[in-house]
Amino acid sequence: MEAIEKIKEIAAQGVAGAQIEIINSTPAAQQPALLVDREHVYAVAKFFKEDPRFQMDFCSCVTGVDYLPKGDKPGFIEVVYHLYSVAQKHGPIVLKVRAPRELEQCHVPSLTPLWRGCEFQEREAFDLYGVKFDGHPDLRRILMWDEFTDHPMRKDYAPPADYEWEPTPHDETLQRAAEMHGVIPPTSMAELEKAKKK
Amino acid sequence: MPIIDEGLKSELQKHGIFVLPIEQLYNWGRKSSIWPLQFGLACCAIEMIASAASRYDLARFGAEVFRATPRQADLMIVAGTVTKKMAPQVVRLYNQMPEPKYCIAMGACAISGGPFKDGYNVLKGIDRYIPVDVHIPGCPPRPEALIHAIMTLQRKIAAQDLEKGRRPRWYDKDAPSEFAIPSYGDHDLEPPANAEVWQPPRNYRDVTLEEVKKS
Repeated sequence: MEAIEKIKEIAAQGVAGAQIEIINSTPAAQQPALLVDREHVYAVAKFFKEDPRFQMDFCSCVTGVDYLPKGDKPGFIEVVYHLYSVAQKHGPIVLKVRAPRELEQCHVPSLTPLWRGCEFQEREAFDLYGVKFDGHPDLRRILMWDEFTDHPMRKDYAPPADYEWEPTPHDETLQRAAEMHGVIPPTSMAELEKAKKK
Repeated sequence: MPIIDEGLKSELQKHGIFVLPIEQLYNWGRKSSIWPLQFGLACCAIEMIASAASRYDLARFGAEVFRATPRQADLMIVAGTVTKKMAPQVVRLYNQMPEPKYCIAMGACAISGGPFKDGYNVLKGIDRYIPVDVHIPGCPPRPEALIHAIMTLQRKIAAQDLEKGRRPRWYDKDAPSEFAIPSYGDHDLEPPANAEVWQPPRNYRDVTLEEVKKS
């Protein structure tokens, strides 16, 4: 397959008005991605699926990534799609699309109409990150129960206070034990013995 | 105080006559046919299956008849991670089992949440909602450990008394045989633990320095 710059160029020509940006990932993955604006991501995905040079007939992975606000930069939720072509045995093309972190505005277009395999994975991203996929045929929670109101994979998620007891608290757990019980328990028998002697 | 002289008992046995208290016979029958509920939640279930298969042969203990319905089962082996989404169903299944019923919590997850204890979606031990007779640690426990748990349960059943005042809980018609099923809440199961069944244990680490000073 062509270099990412070439792919970007072809896609920009194929979909008028699409704003596409190359994101170079960390060296470990060595997989540059295409960041597409929310308005055109469906058209760009459709282009990749239908263009004979690409024929991306398989969407292998949909996931979310949460970026907290950093300094004066606002935070965002990123949805990542990995596209492959079974017909031409090439891939992946990594598509990224970003939405604001605020729940009411956290909308991106669903790609389920293009690849049926996205259905469950988009439901998962909705469940865990709170991303609403417009155009999804059946957007319900898939892992957590329906009554659940949080989105647990968000970085600002606070887990429920069902933490009562830990036989060997240390580090973060010890901190949490102290917060829950309002006391910092003695961490060793020696410390307790010392306290007893006083 | 033995009801019958041991020497006489032994002498009678030589002639094929067995004399024993009814409760011993009763418990022997009961402990030798513990039918488990055929139900697995995670990887521990694979070890449970291995225990039932020919190499480990749970049939030696009369516990090989895995029933696919709670209404015919005596023992619930909670084999694996209990997610919060699954917990109400596990309690409901236990409620549907007829008395006398027993529960084995198998593996680190079922007894405490295991490696997922700090997670948001896993119950921190099934003993929060149903009384557990035998806990087996391990991740997963080997089939030998499950067999040991069955044997422990058998000893427990063999020690049950039929005499009034010392009978097991389920002999009392008014004793609860059903346990509250938690409901799905906005953030967690409600309640997060059944206080009638489970209280957080206290150990020396929970003792505050102030309490020590006072004593």
